[in-house]
Amino acid sequence: MDPKQTILARLRDHPLEDVPLPDLDGPWTTYEDPLGQFRTTLQAVGGLAVDVADGESPDAALRQVAAYRDARKICSLVPDIIRGNVSMDGASSPHELEDIDFCIAAGQFAVAENAAVWVTDQNARHRVIYFLAQHLALIVSARDIVHNLHDAYRKIAFAQRGYGLFISGPSKTADIEQSLVIGAHGPRSLTVLLVGSSMRSGAG
Amino acid sequence: MSRAAAHDHASQAAAFVSDSRRAHWHDQALWFVRAKRDKAAHGVAEWERLREDAAAIKRHTLARLAEYLEQFEQAAKGCGAHVHWAATAEDHNRIVLDILREHQARRVVKSKSMLTEECELNAYLTGNGIDVVDTDLGERIVQLRGESPSHIVLPAIHITKEEVGDTFHRYLGTDAGASDPTYLAEAARGHLRQKFLRADAGITGVNFAIAETGGLVVCTNEGNADLGVSLPSLHIACMGIEKLIPRVEDLGVFLRLLARSATGQPITAYTSHFHGPNPGGDLHIVLVDNGRSGIRSRPKFFDALRCIRCGACMNTCPVYRRSGGDSYGATIPGPIGSVLHPLRDIATHASLPYACSLCGSCSDVCPVRIPLHAQLLAMRGEVAESGELAWSKRMLMKFTSVVLRHTWLYRVAGGAVRWMVPRLPRRVVYNRWNIWGRNRELPDMPRRSFRALYRRRHGS
Repeated sequence: MDPKQTILARLRDHPLEDVPLPDLDGPWTTYEDPLGQFRTTLQAVGGLAVDVADGESPDAALRQVAAYRDARKICSLVPDIIRGNVSMDGASSPHELEDIDFCIAAGQFAVAENAAVWVTDQNARHRVIYFLAQHLALIVSARDIVHNLHDAYRKIAFAQRGYGLFISGPSKTADIEQSLVIGAHGPRSLTVLLVGSSMRSGAG
Repeated sequence: MSRAAAHDHASQAAAFVSDSRRAHWHDQALWFVRAKRDKAAHGVAEWERLREDAAAIKRHTLARLAEYLEQFEQAAKGCGAHVHWAATAEDHNRIVLDILREHQARRVVKSKSMLTEECELNAYLTGNGIDVVDTDLGERIVQLRGESPSHIVLPAIHITKEEVGDTFHRYLGTDAGASDPTYLAEAARGHLRQKFLRADAGITGVNFAIAETGGLVVCTNEGNADLGVSLPSLHIACMGIEKLIPRVEDLGVFLRLLARSATGQPITAYTSHFHGPNPGGDLHIVLVDNGRSGIRSRPKFFDALRCIRCGACMNTCPVYRRSGGDSYGATIPGPIGSVLHPLRDIATHASLPYACSLCGSCSDVCPVRIPLHAQLLAMRGEVAESGELAWSKRMLMKFTSVVLRHTWLYRVAGGAVRWMVPRLPRRVVYNRWNIWGRNRELPDMPRRSFRALYRRRHGS
């Protein structure tokens, strides 16, 4: 018998008591100030929140990040908002992006409870850029912040194919004696540009 | 004793605790993680509801597992993935090797997967000429040292930074004597980046597989899984059949619990959702049974299959913290491992359910509410029934049972002990059969029994 049928038969031979799926409609924790909660949590996970007021230039706001000012190779997946100097589409293989210093990409929305930002491979021909770049900045509309992960999954519609990712802070490890080290394999820093946040509170 | 292959937790633990400074350091390191978990859990008002929902979702899925596996297979194929079924570890290893050979892949980067540890995939692939590099920093450390992970989330928790420094000096050329974690992690970053860039294939585990969409979810803090499956075009994802969840929305429950329970983080740095292969690449998913369907058919123990491998039961376990993961002699140590391993091979792992004080803390922290302490107790019954109970324990149980069944004998024995123990030389009382007295002092013998005191106070 082929392994699939063997496994399925073993499972069907032992019926278990059927338990209904729980209804996950909530209520779940919400926040009076989701944007504030997002900022606080992002800071706790080692990320940096930068507010960009309506009408302000995101590029100018990002300049307060030293890694951006010092970056030589910048790949922008949002060239209309911030111009980079390396085009992703020009790279025929993801390996060509090995030496990117800074990447700027769009986050579709953010989650207040855990500072996660949802990104996809929609405008990223090589999804590895989110991990290969030395530093990463994500641009999110300050209006697109949901309270919790339940709300987040209600917003996501998985297409037939594709890749989506929650990013919460920079790459990190604590595998050597529980000492936190930022920048394990992936980006050494994560900046989230909160566009349209009316309140300017500096770089968190 | 007769069973040469049997593993004895107590003697392995004795070796670990003989270095008391190290044992204390290990205990503290894990308690620190446990404390972070508490803080994170207490920060979520609906924590108990999440645990309840998570348990219900897993129970539901396990009941309909055959149905959900077929649904998942169909959906995953619809996304362009190849799906393989493996009844045993051997099947799994052979399938992975065949895929690699078909793609002429020789250099493989792997992210953390307890399943591939369970199947001993690394040794199998290496023996077949494949170069396998573990890319999780902790796993890379233990791989370079020729050890195996001592914890499922923190594989190198038993190794000091000085030891990591020595290992890296030897294999990665870091400065002799250097032990700064930032410096060492940076060296590993450079070393592993080259491995990622030159790899022909990436192998990952799976945290959750979504039946309705055919998607896979993989959680890491380092970003190693994604680098490993986004630079090479071949991605092989290996998963136990119990990793399934029915719906996308179920992720909301599990991902809120997982990282908080594991390390006290609100979510891991990266939570990747793969639906089908990277454009231009291939995704192979290997669904592995390897004993899981057998565990599912055991009414007292099937709840153990809910486990989402967060490691919280290990961090809180007073025995695990003080005896170290290696003392369990098993892929998965700690409370959950002490249930899962005897279910597969009771003769080898008979000592594990006794590596437990039945304090119940594991059950309290388990995000999917596996009644671990109750299972550990039940497993002791299984050990006794299977005839695998150690001779000393068996005799002690028989003796105790006789004494407790006869009131007169109990009285006589109690009186004899109270009279004799204070009068006997110490080396007679603390003889080699007095296991209790090895590291502990017996309590002072009271002059009168409880019964006598009671009668005196209340009359008879």
